[in-house]
Amino acid sequence: MKSAVVVFPGTNREQDAADALRLASGQWPAMVWHRETDIPNVDLIVVPGGFSYGDYLRSGAMAAHSPIVRAIAERAKKGVAVIGICNGFQVLTEAGLLPGVLMRNAGLKFVCRDVHLRVENAQTVFTAGYAQGQVIRVPVAHNDGNYFADKATLDRLEGEGRVAFRYTSPAGTLEDASNPNGSARHIAGVFNETKTVLGLMPHPENASDALHGGTDGLSLFQGLAKALG
Amino acid sequence: MKAKIHITLKSGVLDPQGKAIQHALHGLGFAGVDDVRQGKYIEIELGEADQTRARAQLDEMCKKLLANTVIENYAIEIQA
Repeated sequence: MKSAVVVFPGTNREQDAADALRLASGQWPAMVWHRETDIPNVDLIVVPGGFSYGDYLRSGAMAAHSPIVRAIAERAKKGVAVIGICNGFQVLTEAGLLPGVLMRNAGLKFVCRDVHLRVENAQTVFTAGYAQGQVIRVPVAHNDGNYFADKATLDRLEGEGRVAFRYTSPAGTLEDASNPNGSARHIAGVFNETKTVLGLMPHPENASDALHGGTDGLSLFQGLAKALG
Repeated sequence: MKAKIHITLKSGVLDPQGKAIQHALHGLGFAGVDDVRQGKYIEIELGEADQTRARAQLDEMCKKLLANTVIENYAIEIQA
């Protein structure tokens, strides 16, 4: 699997994503600076976490209109897999590649802790490393992770199997206490129509090595490496 | 000309920041505050003399960048 990691001013998890990609695929990703207008020929594009453009205006809003995101949208249209993690998820929603928006956390606090996620659809390239309904433990670290979309959109996402992950208890049940940011219907990650674009707030790359305190996130990248070759 | 743009959350969209401001105001003794909704205010200097064209441009700016119309409304006010 060849991959690329896009870097904006203020991105800060690009090296963590690169480490996880190398662990899973044996190859380092290409690092692509936001000023570039073209992306190397890769199987997977990663928009990593951080605070692109200092979260000015709205998280992800400035990055979403940079030339490199237009290039990402072109590739996504051709079916190239794209994953946006945390700020990357915010960028992809602002760019219109994924529905909804990530609002300020309901508790108004930056949340940085491990959460449990239930895999809601294991039939995609992103979730091929997991079993349907599996509960995994990965960290979140964000201020704006409160997923919002109107009722019709949420219903459509659920009906089309486009909810990727939900925040749950360790046992996999939906509890308000397990929802770290107030996300609608406990949604932690969603797919586009073709399930070739994934956005999620939690950080699987930061649960990819025993030294991180867990390796549940590595399966996401391993599943991708297997599915994308 | 100068344009003033107000960006507000759509009704029905929860506003935790507005709620926190409301609680803070209650804490300061302003017991009569029934609700607070917060938003953004942006001023734009525009080198366009034609009001209609200016409004069209500003509308485009709001749709493309300044507001996220999934959750936000915007209002444009132009000062000659």
